[in-house]
Amino acid sequence: MAAAPSDAARARKGILRMWDYTDKVKDHFLNPRNTGEIESPSAVGEVGSLACGDALKLTLKIDENDRIVDARFLTFGCASAIASSSALTEIVKGMTVEEAEKVTNQDIANYLGELPEQKMHCSVMGREALEAAIANYRTGATGIRELEGRVVCTCFGVTEEEIKRVIKENGLTEIEQVTNYCKAGGGCGGCKTEIGRIIAEITGASPEEAAHPARPKRLTNIQKIRLIEETINREIRPSLLKDGGDIDLIDVDGDRVIVSPRGTCSNCPASPITLKELVEAKLREFVSEDLVVVEEAKV
Amino acid sequence: MKVVYLDNNATTRVADEVFEAMRPYLTERYGNPSSMHAFGGEVAHAVERARDHAAALLNCSPDEILFTSCGTESDNTAIHSTLEAYPDKRHVIATRVEHPAVRVTCRYFQSRGYRLTELPVDGKGRLNLDQIRNALSDDTAIVSVMHANNETGVIFPIDEIAQIVKAHGAILHCDAVQSVGKIPLDLSKTPIDLLAVSGHKLHAPKGVGILYVRRGTRLPAFIKGGHQEHGKRGGTENVPYIVGLGEACRLAAEHIEEETTRVRGLRDRLARGLLSSCLDASLNGDLDDLLPNTVNVSFEYVEGEAILLHLDAHGICASSGSACTSGSLEPSHVLRAMGVPFTRAHGSIRFSLSRYTTDEEVDAVLEVMPPIIERLRALSPFGRKPERAEA
Repeated sequence: MAAAPSDAARARKGILRMWDYTDKVKDHFLNPRNTGEIESPSAVGEVGSLACGDALKLTLKIDENDRIVDARFLTFGCASAIASSSALTEIVKGMTVEEAEKVTNQDIANYLGELPEQKMHCSVMGREALEAAIANYRTGATGIRELEGRVVCTCFGVTEEEIKRVIKENGLTEIEQVTNYCKAGGGCGGCKTEIGRIIAEITGASPEEAAHPARPKRLTNIQKIRLIEETINREIRPSLLKDGGDIDLIDVDGDRVIVSPRGTCSNCPASPITLKELVEAKLREFVSEDLVVVEEAKV
Repeated sequence: MKVVYLDNNATTRVADEVFEAMRPYLTERYGNPSSMHAFGGEVAHAVERARDHAAALLNCSPDEILFTSCGTESDNTAIHSTLEAYPDKRHVIATRVEHPAVRVTCRYFQSRGYRLTELPVDGKGRLNLDQIRNALSDDTAIVSVMHANNETGVIFPIDEIAQIVKAHGAILHCDAVQSVGKIPLDLSKTPIDLLAVSGHKLHAPKGVGILYVRRGTRLPAFIKGGHQEHGKRGGTENVPYIVGLGEACRLAAEHIEEETTRVRGLRDRLARGLLSSCLDASLNGDLDDLLPNTVNVSFEYVEGEAILLHLDAHGICASSGSACTSGSLEPSHVLRAMGVPFTRAHGSIRFSLSRYTTDEEVDAVLEVMPPIIERLRALSPFGRKPERAEA
């Protein structure tokens, strides 16, 4: 087996190497605990599908004191899906239903030491199966996890609720992380903008921030003015110059950016549209979502 | 633990003869082939001998061989440079099963306003040649079709394709990275214009490849600022690796007969053994259409990465088209283009042999595979037979 990778190698994103599994993941994969199905179980939870590439059927035996006395699993999926299922059963055995309800995907990942970032969705699948089983036990619901609410990712059938949950429980800030944790956005990618919006709603960041995490979160006033100037020079001025126009930065007052159109822009009837469509849009994209651009004469 | 290496479509071991041929050019013979002294001149001769060996393997002229850094560079260059040479033509034809080196490059030009036709394949991975005829137009600059598929080993009838494309007048590029050295290719008979070869797929080291450019084909310089490689690819030659690739080509020509007899025999035994001993196993592609060294088998209801990790525990190296091993969340584009259902694509395993593969290695796979599939099937919630429910 290859030598363990360095932390830097582990931290590198986008390179998926299964050999990055911890010894504990490998152990639970090669020697899975609690496999199979409980005969006449107290609770059943089923998530995933063959088409999705992983699926888990969890069966629980719960005694009269609401304590989980046995847990068994059947899993279709990669090594980390099997290891996560095995870990889940080990975690919940002996817990009361009330305690089991508080188990998060992070608990499963922690139990295994660590999961590669791209495989975190396996731990989420474990938590979802547990929830479905508890719902089945409490309410007699089918045990097959139903999609509730609005589906955001149609490729993998992920709802807005589920996306919000993985963001909150795992402190996610980037679209790519959401894909790693619940697969949303990992198919056609058509819902990535929507995922960015959901991240923004929860974290208070702008959707662009989720897509371009490199942008600084908090700026001092001087940094802000400098960034506005750079953005005007790089993103805005070249296209104005092509039409014989130009723009000057007059002042920055909080989130108000005061500019003055020059050249052909100064008496162009389309100038207010240019300000909103080009100048404000670019400054919001590259500096801050809160900026408002106003023309000097109208201050 | 002894390694059983059956992943030769990913890369191959460097042949001992290749390493020995390279050694002097990594040590005492370090001259620059462009220098005006005998010390450098000897090195220039070594590069030209390598070119001769490559030309002999492909049956072309040595001056049609350009050495590059890898197959991907050759594929990228063929497409980029052809489109640069024919700026008025705005249509590209490829297939849906091309290697990313071609596929992503074609899609890049599509995003830049080019029209792209990606030809479909049938359930066995085969092209319908009428669709090439129908897709060709006056606007078509280049047709890029692989000789053999890296994932399934399915061979395209490149000779017929070349006749069709040349009758029309478009440029034909062929990604032959997987086929060269495994099946015969005679460029004196098959009118391909551009062709990509990768060294490390035929027992040369990683980091060297070939772009074949048929004499008279328009191809602007792609690395500017040097007279090397006919001024097309400037920069001091990667001499030791070029020498290694030349030796590898010479060996490949010697061994090609063995590929089609002994290696094919081993592959057939492996394929038939897996299909008969493993539950719900099926072949992707038809054995008669495949490279002699490749077999791609799907095991339904189990997942590819899990199979690979179990194989790895036995020292067996193979690869998979499952989502988990592709680094994305979706399984192989090749298997999906063939209409292989997701349930089978997730459980696909490719074994690729070489002239170093032994009977014992095939035996090792046939011994461990059925119990691995059994074990994973016992864990899987799908495909459970009633009597197996209490596994």
